[in-house]
Amino acid sequence: MDKGLLEIRELECVRGDRQLFSDLSFSLEAGTLLHVHGPNGSGKTTLLRAIAGLVLQESGEILWNGESSGKEKDEFNRELLYLGHHYGLKFELSGYENLKVFANLSGSDISEHEVEAALQRFGLAHCVELPVKVLSQGQKRRVALARLLLQSSKLWILDEPFVALDVAAVELLLEVIKTHVANGGMVILTTHQEVAVEVGSVQHLRLGQ
Amino acid sequence: MFNLFKFASPASFYPLAGKLVTLFAIASVILLVIGLYMSFFVAPTDYKQGEGYRIMFIHVPAAWMSMFIYVVMACWAAAGMIWHTRLSSMMASALAPTGAMFTFLALWTGALWGKPMWGAWWVWDARLTSELILLFLYVGFMALESAIDDPRRAARASGLLALVGVINVPIIYYSVQWWNTLHQGSSIKVVKGGVETSMTEIMVWTLLIMTFACWFYTIAVALSRVRSIILERESDSSWVKEMLQGAKS
Amino acid sequence: MRDLTLAMRHRSDVLTTVFFFIIVVSLFPLGVGPEAQLLKEMAAGVVWVAALLASMLSLTRLFADDYHDGTLEQLLLVPQPLSLIVLGKVLAHWIISGLPLVLMSPLLGLQFGLEGDALIMLMLTLLLGTPVLSLVGSIGAALTLGLRGGGVLVSLLVLPLYIPVLIFGAGAVAANAAGMGAEGHLSLMGAILLLALVLAPWASAAALRISVE
Repeated sequence: MDKGLLEIRELECVRGDRQLFSDLSFSLEAGTLLHVHGPNGSGKTTLLRAIAGLVLQESGEILWNGESSGKEKDEFNRELLYLGHHYGLKFELSGYENLKVFANLSGSDISEHEVEAALQRFGLAHCVELPVKVLSQGQKRRVALARLLLQSSKLWILDEPFVALDVAAVELLLEVIKTHVANGGMVILTTHQEVAVEVGSVQHLRLGQ
Repeated sequence: MFNLFKFASPASFYPLAGKLVTLFAIASVILLVIGLYMSFFVAPTDYKQGEGYRIMFIHVPAAWMSMFIYVVMACWAAAGMIWHTRLSSMMASALAPTGAMFTFLALWTGALWGKPMWGAWWVWDARLTSELILLFLYVGFMALESAIDDPRRAARASGLLALVGVINVPIIYYSVQWWNTLHQGSSIKVVKGGVETSMTEIMVWTLLIMTFACWFYTIAVALSRVRSIILERESDSSWVKEMLQGAKS
Repeated sequence: MRDLTLAMRHRSDVLTTVFFFIIVVSLFPLGVGPEAQLLKEMAAGVVWVAALLASMLSLTRLFADDYHDGTLEQLLLVPQPLSLIVLGKVLAHWIISGLPLVLMSPLLGLQFGLEGDALIMLMLTLLLGTPVLSLVGSIGAALTLGLRGGGVLVSLLVLPLYIPVLIFGAGAVAANAAGMGAEGHLSLMGAILLLALVLAPWASAAALRISVE
């Protein structure tokens, strides 16, 4: 596997008529976590979406292993797992079906057993077959998070992943993130909660100052 | 030739556009006066159509401009898509209202012309129908643009629509023509082609002058509209603030 | 495919589209009077216009659900060409909204006094034409995603682009009825379909990227 290196060069993003940030440069190596701080409206979500390729930056470059992530989209997307404010789940389908769909779309072949194990790890063993719409907010979030265990993506971009989770689930998620970073993965996350994200190597980025 | 890319930035384009607006506005007014004078007093009376044909001097340039502007608009939109230059999409959106106006003008004068010539305000002739569809395309473009709040998204979305439209224009045009020949029996035979070939030299000149008047008018209006769009969208940037402060003091 | 399973869980949507189609077509005789000859001449045009409106009605739903629950974002991030995914979605849309119209059309044609040959021609043109409606419509649906009044806007954007299909579709039936061959119309419709197949998913994909931002 490639070593994996994310490099941001002089990034500038604009929302509506407002400039959110400009001249933003940093790089992220394998085995590190980037914690993005900043008040509401400082452009955290936009930054994360820009890195994921959902928002087109006004200027600047996003490089993955030295290649522009926009040009090598399929390559980059294979290494990327983005979880945003929306759960990205089909409410009519069950948690199991939802995860299966994602696995199929990202081209990885996943056995029934693995999907069930992932849901179980997030404490959803009893609602594998229930349609997502009957689950609580926290449970929906957990279903979405179960994807972290199923896809072998290198770069995780998590926008407010701790929202709606109970204490136990927060602990669990931290555990999962730690393991990922320890295995040479990369994580970019934002959170307003005071969560002690203590893993091997943490970088901090403060926006809106 | 000047360096195009230098002027691709709104900040350097703004003052240039200001000068060009005046230039083209004056040229357009002069040509319009000459053109109108020629079309009403110099051009001879048509032996077949009498005085009524004079509306052609507005109708034909308007129809030409309406199609021409759409293509130019699509080119700007394409340029905006490829190079992500803000100015290109601003140009596209500045052209749309003028294009729609000419389309409407062409339809309206066409109706006025059609009444004495064919005895009907409207016939389902291929050209009329295509022109009407063109008006729909313009309206769609402007409606989409105004429905989107984020100006960047608006510019990109409407630009894409303009491109889709311009691919469709020839298909629409040929299908309408095809449709018209199929239904020829029920519609009145249009003699517009005959008029153009039987035109005297002075008529051609008048027509050309009027076309250029319309053309310069379009450039002037589009540029002045671009200037206000620039101010609106770049109101946060430092050069606009400096300029506004300069104007106040 | 995923969209089909989903659509099956919203079965009423399919029925709404089909009934809308039937109602619009049935309104015409009420509006213009029951003279058989007139109705027979109008039949193809009426059925085609109704098909246009019906397929447009369901267009707004094409991406809207995915947009609201965030799956669209995830689809943009899948390591597969977005235009292929769009093509899949459009195909599903056609199967649930276009195909039923094709199947219903002979019945409606009968109402208007069309006979064997013309009925087949009507079905054939709809079979070639409705996929184009779904394809071209997907561009409009993608562009208006998440906008206020998206439904009305989509019709404003998409209907002018539908005109060639309408002309050739209804024209083929008319030409056939007049005893002229309809091969020309049909092959042109085939060409339009191919063109739409190549270009529309790509344009919709680009539009989706713009709209999701």
